[in-house]
Amino acid sequence: MSEHMIRVLVAKPGLDGHDRGAKVVARALRDAGMEVIYTGLRQTPEMIAEAALQEDVDVVGLSILSGAHMALAPRIMELLKANGQDQVKVFIGGIIPDEDMPRLKAMGITGIYGPGASTEEIVKEIREAMKS
Amino acid sequence: MSLTQQVLKGNRLALSRLLTLVENNSPEGRAALAELFSHTGKAHLIGVTGSPGTGKSSLVNQLVLQYRKMDQKKVAVIAVDPSSPFTGGAVLGDRVRMRDLSGDDGVFIRSMASRGSVGGIAQTTAALAQVFDAAGYEIVIIETVGAGQSEVEIARLAHTTLVVEAPGLGDDIQAIKAGILEIADVLVINKADRPGVEHTERALRSSLELARPVSRVYHHGQAMTVKAHKPPPNTWIPPINKTIATDGSGIAKVIESIAKHMQYLRTSGEWNARERARLRSETEALVRDTLMTQFLEGLPEGAFESALERVFSHSLSPIEAAQFLAQTERPQTPRATKEQP
Ligand code: B12
Ligand SMILES: Nc1nc2c(ncn2[C@@H]2O[C@H](COP(=O)(O)OP(=O)(O)OP(=O)(O)O)[C@@H](O)[C@H]2O)c(=O)[nH]1
Ligand SMILES: [Mg+2]
Repeated sequence: MSEHMIRVLVAKPGLDGHDRGAKVVARALRDAGMEVIYTGLRQTPEMIAEAALQEDVDVVGLSILSGAHMALAPRIMELLKANGQDQVKVFIGGIIPDEDMPRLKAMGITGIYGPGASTEEIVKEIREAMKS
Repeated sequence: MSLTQQVLKGNRLALSRLLTLVENNSPEGRAALAELFSHTGKAHLIGVTGSPGTGKSSLVNQLVLQYRKMDQKKVAVIAVDPSSPFTGGAVLGDRVRMRDLSGDDGVFIRSMASRGSVGGIAQTTAALAQVFDAAGYEIVIIETVGAGQSEVEIARLAHTTLVVEAPGLGDDIQAIKAGILEIADVLVINKADRPGVEHTERALRSSLELARPVSRVYHHGQAMTVKAHKPPPNTWIPPINKTIATDGSGIAKVIESIAKHMQYLRTSGEWNARERARLRSETEALVRDTLMTQFLEGLPEGAFESALERVFSHSLSPIEAAQFLAQTERPQTPRATKEQP
């Protein structure tokens, strides 16, 4: 089997304990045939970057419902780059106010999703991002 | 610098990328494995298996912490979880229990999906272990899929196999099957803080005794049980260790058991015997694959399929089909050498 499996790290940075969304998304990606590495709650940006490196993932998915995304996301982007993983696509879901989206996009984040986001849409957009 | 050279120099990103190439069984991965082979053979491969939820990942977390405290040996973890048979996807969750290991450059954790293979590990788990071995990881811990059945594959791969049990879960004696005892080099009863530990321990001990009955001597034609039974030298009796993986209790004893087992392997010659058996079966499998490919390539177009069709319609048995194909005129033999008269 030489077809490349899409490997996704699903992580919850920061201190909030809302893990339903992360689990729903992890399961949806598995059902779409991807390999999902789930790291669990309360991950520091350093832990997430380290896991992304060791797992050689194609995608890092962050679930943040605490409101701390503007502090956490840039740090994670910075660490991924420092580790030589600039090609990794980053997706974010959770409670993200509209006004923060342009800045997150400018940081190089590929997709942003809020409450009620369709998992089919998420799967489709991850697949799309793998093509480029 | 080539990827393998970077791996040998200790580049972690290169290592991670190589692990992917090897896991996907890509041509680059296979070439790298061949290149790295001369650097392998130093690592102690430790398998951790047992029923789902017995605490394998938590135990691995503690074992690695302890190894890193004891000396500067680099430790790798390969954690295998099942792939969905329907979609091929997987959620690999063993890392959740290994968060204490983050931030240590001497530790490398890699999650792996079983990708359709049964027996607790994936097709390329052994190859991943080889890459870690070559990269200087002296201890490689492999956590299998939690199935609790006869995970013989792990016993074949690992030098030392830990079987993890827990009270309450597989508590019935029937759950402690002979199969799992046969592969155990060290038995661990985890969750020793839970009620029923004594029961599990008793069940394990009696199964162990059944698996290895006391030796008997014949005296004047009558069988007599030797009372002060001493196993013959060079037999290994799996020790039973109790642990609480959530707080680290009992871990030092497990480490001690693993070290003793290692010593036994070395002094009894078992280490060499296992290595040779493993390398022999690996080589044989590769020879089989190569010959099969060569053979199929050398057959006339469609010969294999038409023989198969006849097998499907039961007009030819598989044995006859194989014999027929082996005798089929080969238009372009792979080797150019002419047959001697
Ligand atoms: C359920 C819930 C809880 C549960 C959580 C249970 C659990 N284990 O998850 C409980 C009751 C514990 C809880 C507690 C709290 N909560 Co609450 N909670 C919610 C609630 C009602 C729903 C969240 C949820 O589970 N949704 C269902 C999932 C499936 O949706 P989702 O997470 O949004 O995920 C979707 C998308 O966002 C996206 N997505 C999510 N993650 C990812 C990841 C990737 C990679 C991708 C691609 C997509 C993606 O896809 C998902 C599918 O559509 C929300 C309100 C809301 N409408 O969102 C508040 C909410 C998140 N909670 C909130 C608060 C304030 C709290 C508390 C602090 C309350 C308190 N004062 O005690 C505590 C904090 C607890 C803690 N330790 O962190 C606020 C957060 C405010 C903010 N960020 O500005 C919210 C928004 C409510 C509000 N309007 O004020 N909460
Ligand atoms: N009480 C108690 N709970 C434990 C102990 N060790 C692990 N656990 C808990 O048992 C649950 C399963 O632990 P894991 O380490 O994930 O078990 P596992 O065998 O790796 O599980 P799978 O990989 O899913 O088969 C977790 O909730 C742990 O916190 C222990 O010694 N005592
Ligand atoms: Mg586990």
